[in-house]
Amino acid sequence: MSVSRTTVLGALALSGALLLSACASENNSPAPAAGGSGSSGSTGSTDCFSGNLKAEGSSAQKNAIDEAISVFQTKCADATIDYNPSGSGSGIKQFIAKQVDFAGSDSALKTVAVDGLVEADDAAKACGSPAWNLPMVTGPIAVAYNVAGVDKLVLDAEVTAKIFDGKVTTWNDPAIAKLNAGVKLPSTPIKVYFRSDDSGTTENFTKYLKAAAPDAWSYETGKKWTGKGEGKEKSAGVATAVKGQDGGITYVELSYAKQNTLKMAEIDTGSGPVELNAESVGKTVATAKPVGSGNDLALKIDYATKEAGAYPIILVTYEVVCSKYSDAAQGSKVRAFLTTFASDAVQGQLEELGYAPLPTEVATKVQTAVKAIS
Amino acid sequence: MSSVTGVPTVNDGEGPDGQRVPQADRASTGRLGDRLFGGAATASGVIVIAMVTLIATFLIIQAVPALMNNQENFLTSRVWSPGGEEPGFGILEFLWTTVAAATIAMLIAVPFGVAVALFLTQYAPAWMRGPAAALVDLLAAVPSIVYGLWGLITFAPFFKPFQGWLESTFGWFPLLAQTGITGGTILFIGIVLSIMVVPIVTALSREIFGQTPLAHKEGALALGATHWEMIRTTVLPFGRPGVISAAMLALGRALGETLAVTFLVSSLPNGAAWTWSLFNGGETFASKIANNAAEFSSPTRTGAYIAAGLVLFVLTFAVNSIARIVIERRKAFSE
Repeated sequence: MSVSRTTVLGALALSGALLLSACASENNSPAPAAGGSGSSGSTGSTDCFSGNLKAEGSSAQKNAIDEAISVFQTKCADATIDYNPSGSGSGIKQFIAKQVDFAGSDSALKTVAVDGLVEADDAAKACGSPAWNLPMVTGPIAVAYNVAGVDKLVLDAEVTAKIFDGKVTTWNDPAIAKLNAGVKLPSTPIKVYFRSDDSGTTENFTKYLKAAAPDAWSYETGKKWTGKGEGKEKSAGVATAVKGQDGGITYVELSYAKQNTLKMAEIDTGSGPVELNAESVGKTVATAKPVGSGNDLALKIDYATKEAGAYPIILVTYEVVCSKYSDAAQGSKVRAFLTTFASDAVQGQLEELGYAPLPTEVATKVQTAVKAIS
Repeated sequence: MSSVTGVPTVNDGEGPDGQRVPQADRASTGRLGDRLFGGAATASGVIVIAMVTLIATFLIIQAVPALMNNQENFLTSRVWSPGGEEPGFGILEFLWTTVAAATIAMLIAVPFGVAVALFLTQYAPAWMRGPAAALVDLLAAVPSIVYGLWGLITFAPFFKPFQGWLESTFGWFPLLAQTGITGGTILFIGIVLSIMVVPIVTALSREIFGQTPLAHKEGALALGATHWEMIRTTVLPFGRPGVISAAMLALGRALGETLAVTFLVSSLPNGAAWTWSLFNGGETFASKIANNAAEFSSPTRTGAYIAAGLVLFVLTFAVNSIARIVIERRKAFSE
């Protein structure tokens, strides 16, 4: 027990360090270097408040927001912030019902009707002002696998789609072999595991398959899995299942793949295999196009990106806030906390937790938008 | 002491001289204590009945609008897509998984639990009975999440090869046909459930076996019965209603167990082919609801899950009613 825990910790520390160094060598963003001293302008003067702030939503960003909360509360001992990771849908519902001050969500507020409701309109009605989607955390989705003797695996969108659709059923299938010249692939059957609960991870992964391999992936995209395989509960469930099954493969947030020391496939987007790391994820986030106007920073991720070195399967989680709270005190509380969350001090810590920090360009926009909350 | 005369100590009510036993239903003396206690007991009874009725009403009120919108046959469809413009959902798969897993659990747990109870009351040396019984009761106190974790981490790796062997050897038999599912199969869930419910069966059966009139047992032995024949002709018939009650309580838990099942089960993708195999995955009512509780985003969606919950409620209710009837009939015959 203790041995395996040490191994896991060691692996986490190692991969964290690798990610840090990869990022530091690439760009001159101050993020990784920030020691939490709050020297970088945006955190220089934290507006403390006393009282509490309530938020609810996506479980994918739970670890990130917990980090932000602990940083904030170190500075402001009188403030309490509760984040309930009950799921994106639930968070938005509570936000519209004015039960929470802001919501965390794996996807921006929908502007088209779903089940007769338009989330963006309802949120605006609840706020009395337009609601904004602020991208805060990016969570890379790993294609994690467990095949004895295969330590490095390259997949492209089409083969991935075929695997997850049950069309490619053994590991030594010619389609996989073609992408992995020189790797000895066993004839083990492929066991696909998917999330049995409704999940933002599923939604973003299927969006990727649909965008990058429209011929091979004919299903609708959504929170509910539409491909083949065997369902397990939540990220921990699929990760554990793959760990215990030779030939297993799944899609899971990076942090879970790391915790379970699963091997992660490199994705060939057409310009060479790309490894999952902070740098390659940052490149994809940087190519995302804003679809909102002004300070509403909803992003459209280009899943079919062919940019060299960009890892395409990512999930952006948002904080959904009112642009102008009817209660000014509430607005200033939200602003104070999100300022800390968007600050370099917090964003710099996220890599260790299995997230990728926002690229500088996006982070600047988010910081501007947060300042405009009133 | 009483065994010498043939009147067991537990026998109450009609003593040999009827007048010394108070009439139970008219025993009240009208004093404050009596009225307080009687009132409290009545109130508790009424509250429980009202709660069950209100829960049923709540389920029905929430489920009906969704059922009216349903584009599929609720009882016979295998589709489950409760969201969207045209919601369609049916419970056939959950019903099968729930009933199949619970049946397996019962087939294992009832004989095993009864055997444990017989051992504790009839075979075990006296010094062992107390501690052993306490240990079995302790099993009932283990939280279900612990069973889930144990099943996933410890038991599953042992069970997988066995399952593979069954599949390859008896695959020609429809219930044991080969499927692509590796981990949380119906059979596996059933076995974990059976371990969870054994202590319930044992605890109740033990109580009732222990109350078998000693005169019956001694009579059987005096007539030349062996130990096993004595148990078969006196202890088992005497304990039968109790065992049925125990089995029903256990079945209630097996049908409704949520956490461990959600943890272990392998759910199936949309459009998976139907199979009777116990090596298939699937979701039980409880695990399906628990898995999706976070995404109750619209009334129709919520209503669909509540309708599934209603079926589970009705199922449990029906099973319990049948058990009641069986027990009453037994009583009628044995008196």
